[in-house]
Amino acid sequence: MSLIQSSMGRKLIMGVCGGVWALFVFGHMAGNMLILVGAEAYNKYAHAIVTNKPLLYGTEVALLSTLVFHVIFGVVLTLKNKSAREQKYAMTPNGEKRTSLASRTMIYHGTIILFFIVYHLITFKYGKETFVTYDGVQMRDLHSLVVEVFQQPAYVMGYVVCLMLLGWHLSHGVSSLFQTMGLNHPKHTPCIKMLGKVYAVVVTLGFISQPLYVIMTSF
Amino acid sequence: MSEIHKTMTIHLKIWRQKSPNDQGHFIEHTAKNVSEHMSFLELMDVVNQELILKGDDAIEFDHDCREGICGTCSMVINGNPHGPEKATTTCQLHMRKFKDGDHITVEPFRAKAFPVVKDLKVDRTAFDKIITSGGYVSVNTGSAQDANNIPIGKHTADLAFEVAACIGCGACVAACVNGSAALFTSAKVSHMALLPQGQAEREQRVLNMVRTMESLGFGNCSNTGACELSCPKEIPLESIARMNREFYCAEVKERPEKEIGGF
Ligand code: HEM
Ligand code: FES
Repeated sequence: MSLIQSSMGRKLIMGVCGGVWALFVFGHMAGNMLILVGAEAYNKYAHAIVTNKPLLYGTEVALLSTLVFHVIFGVVLTLKNKSAREQKYAMTPNGEKRTSLASRTMIYHGTIILFFIVYHLITFKYGKETFVTYDGVQMRDLHSLVVEVFQQPAYVMGYVVCLMLLGWHLSHGVSSLFQTMGLNHPKHTPCIKMLGKVYAVVVTLGFISQPLYVIMTSF
Repeated sequence: MSEIHKTMTIHLKIWRQKSPNDQGHFIEHTAKNVSEHMSFLELMDVVNQELILKGDDAIEFDHDCREGICGTCSMVINGNPHGPEKATTTCQLHMRKFKDGDHITVEPFRAKAFPVVKDLKVDRTAFDKIITSGGYVSVNTGSAQDANNIPIGKHTADLAFEVAACIGCGACVAACVNGSAALFTSAKVSHMALLPQGQAEREQRVLNMVRTMESLGFGNCSNTGACELSCPKEIPLESIARMNREFYCAEVKERPEKEIGGF
């Protein structure tokens, strides 16, 4: 038998794929912080990425395939999990035996994140194209598109909510991935759990700070 | 005079189900003069006496040792398997942990792999099947060797003992949102993987036990940690991580049947 034929193997694959995305969202957030520096830095950064074809296509293939595996196995595992208890309880564990809500609702925030990713790509990657020229090089003016979008309060509200859900997903996901990979040790696990939460908060606050900066500087 | 023996009134909502295929329903019952020294099972005994006197059938529930070591008692009490107290089985849960006038909902352990037999009694044969698939070690015939010939470090012995404390009650499955048997299976896998006596079957054991577990209708572990919190023997989540490691390694190393011993 191969790993993929067992639920535990599928869970490992889905977890590692989630881990790839967890690394990506951090990098994406950190790079986009250039919006605080200015239009030129932001556009040149984006231009450097899209003109580096091996990097661009490599990343796109990696992200698309890991997302497909994460979502498909995530849904398959969740369906099996739901079918393992046909008759629901009148009451569920509470008090000292209560677990975190995030860990029990991964499929729900995950699904919202999936729709968000699609909408996000439509808005930016496949959004309006205008161009600027720096040092004689013509490139896409992503900065003006981002500023335009982030000046719509309704959009920003939805954006903030989605990123908080991503943070919530990560607040369980990151440390859970270590457990899935078999890495649990009384000496290190408390630290891993704490760092997983810090990671989630940093990613979320980093992303949220960008539209808030745009809104605050445009009045 | 001070009250030495406090009694209370408890409002119970108890699950009744005639047979595995019966829909089941809750009945309400108020128990009066409940001594705070009673265990939860003794409360159930008293309730049953009252039901019998009224001409009703007694509520069926599992129990045996009543001292927290056999793993037979079960029940989900106010949403928690074995009740609100950590590291406690239902038989060791005392009524002094509740207050006069409390409302308590009592349900069976619910999981597809643990069908209800009657009322609060569930069939936990699925656990036996997991054990049978790998819970053994090879022992040479002949006279027993000196036990001191097998050195086991103190830390290893302690770790193995920690997981060997599993009484197989099934609270982990009952508590888990996914009805997963990962904690139980991992305790059994860990127990023998940690000790020298378990090495001969180490890889085949984890493969067999995990595959059996997955075939019985349990859900998968999603690392919520509910099992660890509900375990009356406090088996740690660490053992699930150990089972994961053991399983992945054994899975990638496993050889196709025909290749073994051949060229
Ligand atoms: C940026 C996007 C995402 C990131 C960074 C991410 C990250 C993660 C991580 C690290 C885990 C923990 C894996 C483990 O426990 O080993 C996880 C679990 C999970 N994710 Fe995602 N995820 C993302 C998107 C999604 C999407 C789009 C879905 C949609 C269905 C989803 C559904 C789930 C589910 C259901 C689990 C729990 C599965 C289980 O424990 O059985 N995730 N995610
Ligand atoms: S009856 Fe034996 S553990 Fe509760």
